[in-house]
Amino acid sequence: MKNRINHLFETKKNNILSVYFTAGFPNLNDTVEIIQQLEKNGVDLIEIGMPFSDPTADGPTIQHSSEVALRNGMSLNLLFQQVKEIRKFVHIPLILMGYFNPVMQYGLEKFCATCKETGIDGVILPDLPLEEYEEHFKKFFLMNHLHNILLITPQTPDDRIRKIDDASEGFIYAVSSSSTTGEGKKVEDFNREYFERIQRMKPKNPVLIGFGISDRETFLNACNFANGAILGSAFIKAVQQKKILKVAIRDFVKSIIPPQ
Amino acid sequence: MQKINYQVNEKGYYGEFGGAWIPEMMFANIDELRRRYLEIIQLPEFIKELDQLFQDYVGRPSPLYYASRLSEYYGTSIFLKREDLNHTGSHKLNNTVGQILLAQRLGKTRIIAETGAGQHGVATATVCALKGMKCVVYMGALDVQRQAPNVKKMKMLGAEVVSVQSGNKTLKDATNEAMRDWIKNPEDTHYIIGSVVGPHPFPDMVARFQSVISREIKAQLLGKTGSEFPTRIIACVGGGSNAAGAFYHYLNHNQVELIGVEAGGKGVDTKDTAATLLVGSPGVLHASRTMLMQNRDGQITEPYSISAGLDYPGIGPLHSHLHKTKRAKYIATTDEEVLKAALLLTRKEGIIPALESAHALAALEKLKLNENDVNVINLSGSGNKDMETYLNAFNF
Ligand SMILES: Cc1ncc(COP(=O)(O)O)c(C=O)c1O
Repeated sequence: MKNRINHLFETKKNNILSVYFTAGFPNLNDTVEIIQQLEKNGVDLIEIGMPFSDPTADGPTIQHSSEVALRNGMSLNLLFQQVKEIRKFVHIPLILMGYFNPVMQYGLEKFCATCKETGIDGVILPDLPLEEYEEHFKKFFLMNHLHNILLITPQTPDDRIRKIDDASEGFIYAVSSSSTTGEGKKVEDFNREYFERIQRMKPKNPVLIGFGISDRETFLNACNFANGAILGSAFIKAVQQKKILKVAIRDFVKSIIPPQ
Repeated sequence: MQKINYQVNEKGYYGEFGGAWIPEMMFANIDELRRRYLEIIQLPEFIKELDQLFQDYVGRPSPLYYASRLSEYYGTSIFLKREDLNHTGSHKLNNTVGQILLAQRLGKTRIIAETGAGQHGVATATVCALKGMKCVVYMGALDVQRQAPNVKKMKMLGAEVVSVQSGNKTLKDATNEAMRDWIKNPEDTHYIIGSVVGPHPFPDMVARFQSVISREIKAQLLGKTGSEFPTRIIACVGGGSNAAGAFYHYLNHNQVELIGVEAGGKGVDTKDTAATLLVGSPGVLHASRTMLMQNRDGQITEPYSISAGLDYPGIGPLHSHLHKTKRAKYIATTDEEVLKAALLLTRKEGIIPALESAHALAALEKLKLNENDVNVINLSGSGNKDMETYLNAFNF
């Protein structure tokens, strides 16, 4: 079967909306409902956050959601149990995102195999560097048709972007600016020069922009330079503020996707 | 016997430990450091400036003091390497002096650091004042409380001290926050890590700057005993920088026993401990593959120690390697044993040690010491910062 991420980018080229949430937040057993509601409301791609005690690339919002999720009892074992049946009713691509250590303790080989069984299409592990991935772990990803999504930043030189593009299979995750997650930005703060540099390089992979995308304006601005964008902290704040998940998710997605 | 390599390889590994498990956001900074640190720190003019500062500013060489009454008490020979007599009161300044000279040559204008006991924070604020650089120090909120005098010193030195509210509010959380700062400031900022931890090349770079300790021990011991080689060297281990410095020039001399002393806290069989090598397992934290205190799910567990400087759930990859290859032996001493050892040194020699250093002293109770042995203890810091803890413990 074709990887759902590739299928998505073949059928849709612009305004792709990807949403990140932390599994186990706000409540331990919200995982499946959040995924279903996001799909139902028209989100194209979902990143399921695997919480970690020391999220060094994350700002206060995702630090907090991770802390709550862990306190609620979330673990990789439990997460895989929760989404075991997910492919019976959810069709959009699903990605697991988190830090390397919990995956290492679970066992990377077993992790990749469980992803395949579950129907996970990709993984984002920001602190797994390209070189370690290629030398030690790539074989397990390939074996299980799992895409390893890699990041680039405004400081990534052209030759390294090329290298990352060559090593990527689903899409490239372009970090919008030098920041941790959740640093709310205004459109004028975005690094236009960097986005244009990526465009000029014509990477073979689609590009999604993430970090600091927080509303319709910043989402559409990112979409001008890439195939779509990723929202995380803004979504977590939204489900935190409204008591009823269903309503929170509907209103949130509506606030991002422009009316047809 | 097969010769084991204790130096870092070009990928930043000591055996299976180390590496640079950095998110891409830190790549440019780490890559620049990795490419340039050796070339810079081996420049003749760099070495000259560093040696001059070591001598005239830090106050090196630090004395190697024969502790006669303590030696008599234990029925053996004990030398103390007096890093407590360095400017700012600990070994931490050796590293910050080296790194500030490096940061200057990299064209950086802003310095960040994490600190536990505040010794590294003070040492960083000090060199920033010396070189006129902007300085931000991250410190866990709990440590801000328990090491108040050092917070005041940092402020007087002109540093901004950020009290970190996340996690256990100690050293690990301060390190997370410093890394986040570096991600957000990728161009003008250098991160002066305070121990032999973090991504390659930090563990190697910090070990090199601290290696002045064992370089001096060799020469001083030769003068005092006729041999460069003691029976054993004992040092406390948090991240492991003072121990790395004290072991460095002896790593390939297997006749010298190397003993690292971790913080046992309330006991290594309790959950209130920071003895990473004794209770931990391999994992990745702060961009290094090393031994960690963690649960089955790979979440980092909260360490505990009476001493803020050892209250860390990881350890430098060099020590994980020395432990694995059995080149060094690691033991732990408890809070209670440490307080006793601190008082003993104070009353026998008139030297009040840092709580961290007192862990190494407490090891004397646990080792089999022969009359003819020559023991070197790295007295990594002074007890000035710990007076409140001591006063409370002893009810003076
Ligand atoms: C006096 C003293 N010794 C030891 C340490 C522990 O650090 P390391 O293990 O890197 O030497 C500290 C840390 O703050 C310290 O202040």
